[in-house]
Amino acid sequence: MSTATTTTEVSSAPAPEQQRSTQLAKAGDWARRAPLLPALIFVIIMTQLPFLGTLVISFMNWNAYYPEERGFAGLDNFKRVFTDENARQAVVVTVLLTVGVVGISLLLGLGIAILLDRKFRGRGVVRTLMIMPFLIVPVAAALLWKHALYNPEYGLFNGLLKWVFGPDAPQPDWITNNPLWSIIAALVWQWTPFMMLILLAGLQSRPLDVVEAARIDGAGSWQIFKSMTLPHLRQYIELSGLLGAIYVVQNFDHVFTITSGGLGTANLPYYIYQTFYTAQDYGRASAAGVVVVIATIAIATFALRTVFSLFKEESR
Amino acid sequence: MSTASSAKATPDRPAAPVSSARPTAMDPSEIRHRKPPKKAALLGVLAWIVGLLFALPVFWMVLTSFHKETDAAKNPPDVFAPLSLEGYQSFFAAGPWPSLLNSLTASIISTILVILLAFPAAYALSIRPVRKWTDVLFFFLSTKMLPIVAGILPLYLFAQKVHLLDNIWWLIVLYTAMNLPIAIWMLRSFLAEVPAEMLEAAQVDGAGLVRTLREVIAPVVMPGIASAALICFIFSWNELLLARVLTGTVAGTAPVFLTGFVTSQGLFLAKVCAASLIVSLPVLAAGFAAQDKLVQGLSMGAVR
Repeated sequence: MSTATTTTEVSSAPAPEQQRSTQLAKAGDWARRAPLLPALIFVIIMTQLPFLGTLVISFMNWNAYYPEERGFAGLDNFKRVFTDENARQAVVVTVLLTVGVVGISLLLGLGIAILLDRKFRGRGVVRTLMIMPFLIVPVAAALLWKHALYNPEYGLFNGLLKWVFGPDAPQPDWITNNPLWSIIAALVWQWTPFMMLILLAGLQSRPLDVVEAARIDGAGSWQIFKSMTLPHLRQYIELSGLLGAIYVVQNFDHVFTITSGGLGTANLPYYIYQTFYTAQDYGRASAAGVVVVIATIAIATFALRTVFSLFKEESR
Repeated sequence: MSTASSAKATPDRPAAPVSSARPTAMDPSEIRHRKPPKKAALLGVLAWIVGLLFALPVFWMVLTSFHKETDAAKNPPDVFAPLSLEGYQSFFAAGPWPSLLNSLTASIISTILVILLAFPAAYALSIRPVRKWTDVLFFFLSTKMLPIVAGILPLYLFAQKVHLLDNIWWLIVLYTAMNLPIAIWMLRSFLAEVPAEMLEAAQVDGAGLVRTLREVIAPVVMPGIASAALICFIFSWNELLLARVLTGTVAGTAPVFLTGFVTSQGLFLAKVCAASLIVSLPVLAAGFAAQDKLVQGLSMGAVR
């Protein structure tokens, strides 16, 4: 008797919605939905409606400086976006920025996560030190890099050069010489901790007894890393890379602060901001916005798939 | 003198092989593959160096913020220059308080709204799940992946029409929508761990939804709610693009105030460092308070 009740309990646990919903009336369904609806409706209104609006405006000829010329424009805005030299440059910059920042901070993050996965004196302190860059407000971090580190006259980088090589040391103008790399370095500084945290969590979720068994069987450190640690870390690497990409594609703060989009560093978010805010060309800005969304969907699909596989693993 | 010390060292030498011979008694594979202590110590030192390098810009910001402007602009840097509050004085003289208060208002109120909306929603996606709850969950996640910049123009035009431009409440509403998906994902993963017996007991007592949430579930998942709230607070506090476009002189937030330092203004490095540090302090505090759950929040609850 008691065994019978426990088995029904166990079997109903994985799919409670199927069993119960057949018994419950529609009223029960709505009672279930009620706590969800406020949040769901609010998010739909606040996120889907604006995108619909952008889609509509992207087919319109609409510049706030010439309000009387407002009207349907067909695909003109898209043509202008694809033929605009600045827009094409913005696409290139966005790709370089995202690939550069995500790639470098993933590699650094992986190395540091491996270092921090080992026991050593003061590990907690080092972890805290590592997190600090991520906890600086992005605009403040960009200001810090621009003025306190990169500045050719009083920045720390040139200060260190003078300190090491004496008064005749080279004093490069970091931002003017390498505008895109200046932005990439500042972003890598903030995103490496993010990658490191996720990868460290991944490393620590690795089944240690299997690693220990492999070690006793005579597997070397590199062998263990290549054929056990890396495969286990794969989905964590994917997840941190994709989430990082989603945030870096959208980056506005660093481009705005460090170069103000000058020196060929305007990425798509900055380009849209400028087209809409400064040039007041609503139609073209919206068309560019639609292009960004389509590009993001490609990354987002992969990201969602990765989260889904982790999610299924967790709920197993 | 040197001969004396070397002579003194010789008696110790025979002891060394004895101590190194001790592990041979253990499993031989253990010695072959355990990293020698010297290498392990070196890797520890390396970790420390990397950690200090990453934190160096922050330390530099703190130190520079306490220097006089004339000392802060020295090249090569004068690390031991006398400390001063000049940077902080000129920062506060620039009138940052309204923007700091706006940031506090927007971040705190939107975070409260997020938790109030996300908590019941997370319940409906974990404890008593609606049909197709995974679809709903992934819909929430997908909204986080669409760039804000692609929806910003309609948000601007709407605010213009209903006179909500430069109004902190419009930012509060948008920050709530921006952070709701993260909070729902985080809270859902905490709620999934609430023991079933507790919920059954509440049901037997005939507790309604509100009472169950408030008196049974909330106390258990309080740490989770707290860390979700801290992470939403950080994201709202950091936000620049929406604030920059939708606010002006009245409702401008702290990041918008910081954009006033984008172009150089003569000797102002100590002031910039003081400003950056003060604006970042709430995030540093919230981040360290939520340190354990930071990963979970950043990865939308996918990683623990």
